[in-house]
Amino acid sequence: MEKDQDKIISEVTGSEYKYGFTSDIEMDTLPKGLNENIIHEISRRKNEPEFMLEFRLKAYRHWLKMEMPEWAHLKIPEIDYQDIIYYAVPKAKPNLESMDEVDPEIRETFTKLGIPLEEQKRLSGVAVDAVMDSASVKTTFQESLAELGIIFCSMSEAIVKYPDLIKKYLGSVVPYTDNFFAALNSAVFSDGSFVYIPKGVRCPMELSTYFRINAANTGQFERTLIIADDDSYVSYLEGCTAPMRDKNQLHAAIVEIITHENAGVKYSTVQNWYPGDKDGKGGIYNFVTKRGLCKGNHSKISWTQVETGSAITWKYPSTILKGDYSKGEFYSVAVTNNYQQADTGTKMMHIGRNTRSLIVSKGISAGRSNNSYRGLVKVTKGAENARNYSQCDSLLIGGQCGAHTFPYIEVDNKTAVVEHEATTSKIGEDQIFYCNQRGISTEDAVGMIVNGYAKEVLNQLPMEFAVEAQKLLQISLEGSVG
Amino acid sequence: MGKEVLRNKTPELTRMVLDRFEKTGTSVKTGLLPAVKIMQQKGREAFLTYGIPGYKNEKYRFTPVQKYFEKNIPPLMVPRNRNFKLDDIFRCDIPTLNTFMHVVLNGFYFEETSSLGKMEDGIRIGGLRQAMKEMPGLVSKYLNLAAGESTDGLVALNAAFATDGFFIYVPDNVVMEKPVQVVNIVNDNQSDLVQYRNLIVLGKNSEARIVVCDHTLSEYESLSNSVTEVFMDREARLDMTRLQNENNNATNITHTFIRQEARTLLNNNHISLHGGHIRNNLDIVLVGSHAKSHANGLFLMDHDQHVDNHVFVSHAAPECFSNQLYKGVLNNNATGVFSGKILVEKGAQKTEAYQVNKNILLTDTAKMNSKPQLEIYADDVKCTHGATVGQLDEEAMFYLRSRGIRENDARLMLMYAFAHDVVRKIRIEVLQDRITELVEKRLKGDIPKCHTCLVNYS
Amino acid sequence: MLKIENLHASIEGKEILKGINLEINEGEVHAIMGPNGSGKSTLASVIVGRDYVQITDGRILYDGEDITKWSPEERALKGVFLGFQYPVEIPGVSMVNFLRAAINEQRKYRGEEPISPSEFLRIMREKKNLVGIDSALTNRSVNEGFSGGEKKKNEIFQMAMLEPRLAILDETDSGLDIDALRTVAQGVNALKRPDNATIVITHYQRLLNYIVPDFVHVLYKGKILKSSGKELALELEEKGYDWLQDDNGNGGI
Repeated sequence: MEKDQDKIISEVTGSEYKYGFTSDIEMDTLPKGLNENIIHEISRRKNEPEFMLEFRLKAYRHWLKMEMPEWAHLKIPEIDYQDIIYYAVPKAKPNLESMDEVDPEIRETFTKLGIPLEEQKRLSGVAVDAVMDSASVKTTFQESLAELGIIFCSMSEAIVKYPDLIKKYLGSVVPYTDNFFAALNSAVFSDGSFVYIPKGVRCPMELSTYFRINAANTGQFERTLIIADDDSYVSYLEGCTAPMRDKNQLHAAIVEIITHENAGVKYSTVQNWYPGDKDGKGGIYNFVTKRGLCKGNHSKISWTQVETGSAITWKYPSTILKGDYSKGEFYSVAVTNNYQQADTGTKMMHIGRNTRSLIVSKGISAGRSNNSYRGLVKVTKGAENARNYSQCDSLLIGGQCGAHTFPYIEVDNKTAVVEHEATTSKIGEDQIFYCNQRGISTEDAVGMIVNGYAKEVLNQLPMEFAVEAQKLLQISLEGSVG
Repeated sequence: MGKEVLRNKTPELTRMVLDRFEKTGTSVKTGLLPAVKIMQQKGREAFLTYGIPGYKNEKYRFTPVQKYFEKNIPPLMVPRNRNFKLDDIFRCDIPTLNTFMHVVLNGFYFEETSSLGKMEDGIRIGGLRQAMKEMPGLVSKYLNLAAGESTDGLVALNAAFATDGFFIYVPDNVVMEKPVQVVNIVNDNQSDLVQYRNLIVLGKNSEARIVVCDHTLSEYESLSNSVTEVFMDREARLDMTRLQNENNNATNITHTFIRQEARTLLNNNHISLHGGHIRNNLDIVLVGSHAKSHANGLFLMDHDQHVDNHVFVSHAAPECFSNQLYKGVLNNNATGVFSGKILVEKGAQKTEAYQVNKNILLTDTAKMNSKPQLEIYADDVKCTHGATVGQLDEEAMFYLRSRGIRENDARLMLMYAFAHDVVRKIRIEVLQDRITELVEKRLKGDIPKCHTCLVNYS
Repeated sequence: MLKIENLHASIEGKEILKGINLEINEGEVHAIMGPNGSGKSTLASVIVGRDYVQITDGRILYDGEDITKWSPEERALKGVFLGFQYPVEIPGVSMVNFLRAAINEQRKYRGEEPISPSEFLRIMREKKNLVGIDSALTNRSVNEGFSGGEKKKNEIFQMAMLEPRLAILDETDSGLDIDALRTVAQGVNALKRPDNATIVITHYQRLLNYIVPDFVHVLYKGKILKSSGKELALELEEKGYDWLQDDNGNGGI
C-alpha cells in the first residue's frame, strides 16, 4: 500500500509548468530600486496628472514606515526591495489603433498563451485587456462596449481620460494605508484595468484581463478598479502566467470593486503564475489585496478563484457588506504542490442590515507544500440579521504536505447567525483502486476525484474558463500521484 | 511554521514587572532544589525574551493582558494573613462528593500539618513546596518539563517566581477511589498579584479524578497567574474538572499543560461560571499512540465580564483521538473568546480530531470571537471543526411556547439544554448534579453559589 | 480463459490462500462458497490486482498470459471486472463522467474513437432498463448516498455498461432483500454470453436459486476443498461446511 501511495504521489506531482517560456521583447525599463525619484519618473512617463503623483508619494512615505506582515502561515524569505525593477514596458507604444501595430513578438506571446488579441479570433463574448509587465498592450472590444457606455480600458488610460472617476474611487476601498503591500502598490503601480458599468447596464460579454510577467527582475504591480453603478452587472475574469526563472519575482496587485444599489459584480481569477520548480526554486511571490465594497442596498459581489500557481500566495479577496441586503460570496480552490505555500481566504465584513455571505473554500495540498485557509467573518454592531455560512475543506495528497484552516469569527450583534464547518480528507486508495478496476488510470482517477471535490467552486466559473480550470487542476497536480 | 512573534514588544513593562518581583521576593531563594533554581533562571530569561504579551500579540489579541499588568498590582511572594480558621471564610460542602479537600490560599498551600498527605497505595497529595522536600527526585524530573518549552511570557513569569501550589502523585497501577478537590482561594485585605504552580503526576495505568475550584473572595482587585502541569504515563486515566466562580474584581489567568503517553484517557472539563476577567490556556500534547483526549468547556458570562479560552491539542503520535467541545452563553456586555487549535504533526497518521464551538449571544452588546483552527501535516486523518455564533433556535422556542410554556421559561429551558451538553461530560455524578444546579441558577440570573458556601460574589 | 495454478497469497505476512487451483472457461458460471474468513474476497482481490495481497507462489493465467504483475487497469481493460463487496463512495464525481471515462479508456485500448454523447446516453438508457436501476441514481456522484441495495445494483449496471469477459461478483447478494436479489440475478443472467464467464462469490445458497452455476467450489481456510456441480450448493445449505472437513481429514486446519 505504501508503494502504491508513493506511486500516486509522484504521478500527481511530476508535471512541468506549461507557460514557462520567455519572449524576447525590447523593453523600456527604469533602473532597479525604489526611491522618490523612481516614483516621479513612473508618474512622468505615464503623463499622470499631479494628484496621482501626490497619491503615489504619500503611499510611498507611508510604506517606508510599515513592516512586512508576519501573521500568515508562510515562510517568506527576505525580500530586497531595492533589487527590483519597478517599471518595465514593452518598447512599442501602448494604446494601439489596430492589431498590426502590436509588436509581433507580443502577439505571438499571447497567442501561445491561448489569448489571441485579434478581435475577430476572440472567443465570442469575451473582451480582453492584455497586460505585459508594467503596461497594458491591447484592450479588445473597446468600441462596441463604449456604445453601451461601458468603459473598459487600461488603468493608465483611465487616469488620463477619467480623472474624476479615478479621484473619486481609487483607494476608496483599499486605502494606501491598508497594508504593507497595498502601500507599495499604491506608490509604484504601473497599469491594470479599469471598468465602469453605467446605471442599468448589464455588460453583454465577459470582461477579462490577462496578466503576463515577462521581463526578469521586475515586479508586477497592477491595479484594477471596477465600478458598477446602480442596477448594473458585469462578470470579470483575470488570468495570469509568468516565465520560469530561477529568481523569485514579486507581484503585488490591488483590485478594488464598488457596487452601487442593486448592482452585481462577479470576479473570477485563474491564477497560474510560475510556481517555482520541483525543488522550490524560483516562482512568483503573489501578495495581493483584493477588496470589494457593496456600497448600495441589494448589491452583490462574488469572488471565484482558482489558485494553482505562485511560489507563495498571500491573498484574501474580501467584501465589505455596507448596503442593506447586500451579499458577498467567496468560492476558492487553491492547489499547492512541491514547495508551494499558500495562505489565502477571505474577509466578510457585515455592516449593513440583512446582509448575507457565503464562503466555500477547497484546499488541495500535495508534495511538500503548505496550504492554509484564513478567513474573517465580522459582524459589526449595527449589522442586524447578518448571516454567514462557511465551508472549508482540505484534501491532502501524500504525507509530506500540510493543510490548515484558520477561521476568525467576530460577532458583535446578537441577531447574527454565523456558521463555520471544515473537514479534512485524503484521496482514498480504495477510491483510486475502484477507478483502476474500471480501467481508468491512476492519474485520470486523481484528476476526476480532485475535480469532483472542487466542483462546487468550478461551477461558479464562466463556462470556457471552467474547462480550462479543470485541466489546470489536473496539470498542477500531475506527478503528485503515481 | 507560521512565524510567531517572539520578540518582546513590551520591554519597559516587562522590565518593570520583573523589578517589582525582584524587589519583593527575597525569602524564596533559599533551600530550593537545583531543578527549581534552574527553572527560575530559565523562567527569568524567557520572561525577558518574550515579555508581557502586548496588544498586538495574536494569542492575546482579545484579552488585554498588558492592561492588567499596567495596573501595578504588587506581587505576593510570601504567605501572609493566615491567622484565621479556613472555615470562617470558606466552606465547600458538596456533602455527597466525599472528596479529599485541599486548599491553596493566595498561591500557597494552606495546611496546618506540614507534611504531604500519605495514603494507602502510595498516593501523595499536598503542597508543592513540601513535595520538593519529600519527593525531590520526582519533582525535579517533572517540574517545568511541559511548561518550560512555552513561548508565553506569562508562563515564564510563573516559572521565575512561583514556588508553591498543589501536588498530586498517583503511583503506577493505583486507582484513587475518592476524587481530590483542590480549592484555590484568593483572599486578602489588599490587592495582590498571585502566582502558583501545580504539579500532577499519574503513573502507568493509574486513575484519578480531580476537581479544582477557583474562588476569589477578596474585595480588592486581584490578578492570578497560575501554571498547572499534568503528566499521564501509559494507560493512565484522568478526569479533571475546573470550576471558576470568582468575583468581578478578579482577573484569573490559568495555563494548563497536559502530556499524554500512549493509551491514556483524559476527560477535562472547564466550567467558567463567574469572574471579572478569565483567560484559560489549555495545552494538550498526545505524545503516545492511542491516547484519547476530551476537552470540554462551558462559559456563562454577563455584565462586563470577559472570558477567553485558548485550547491547543497537538497530535504528536499516530492513532490518537481528540475532541474539543466548548459552549458559551454571553449576556449584557460580556465578551467571549474561543481559540481552539488542532495540530496534527507529520507522521501522526490515523488521527481523529474534532472540535466544536457554539455560542449564544443574548444581547446586542455581548460579543463573541471564535477562532477554530486546524493545522495538519499528515494525510490519513479525520479532522473536522465547526463554530457557530447565534441565538436560541426560534423554531424550538415557538414549539415550546405553542405548548403553553412561557417565553422566559422556554428560553431558560433551551439554555439549560444548550449548556447541558457540556455539563453531562462531567463523570463525577454528584458533581455533575451540583454543577447542573449552579448552571441553572446562573442562567436564571441568581448568584451561583453552593448552599453552604460563604463565598460572596457581590 | 482463467487458470489459477497453485496460488499462495498472504496479507501482511499472514497466509490466506494456500494453494488454489481453478480453471474457468468461456460460457461458464462458477460459484465459490465458503464461510467467513475462508479467503473468498482475498481470491477476488488477487485476481483484479489489489496490492495489499502478496502472491507468494503460483500463477494466474488469463487467456494463457500470466497477469500477476499487471496493473489493475490493464486487467480491467482486458475485460476483468469486479463487483465490489463494499463499493466506495467518490463524492463530486458523477456516475455519467465516471462511466464515460471508463468506456473511453476501453475504446482507446482497442484503438477506437471516444464514444459520442448521444450513443453513450442511448446505451446507458438501455442498460438501466436491463438492470432495473433507477434513472435518478446515474445523476448522482459515484455511490454517494446510495443505499446498500442501490450500490450493489450499481455494480451490476456498471458490469452491463462495460461488458466484461470475466466478471467476479464478490458477495453481491449480501445485504439485499429478495426483490433486489432477483433484480441483480436477472441482470447477471441477461448479461451471460457464450464468450464470457462469471464467478459468483457468496456464502449463502440463496443467490444460486437465481443464478444457476455450472460449477460450485468450496473454499475453506484458503484451499478449495471440493468442486462439483450445482447440487453441491444445496448439500452445503443442508449440512453446513463441517462435513467436508470430516470427509477430508486434513481439510482445513
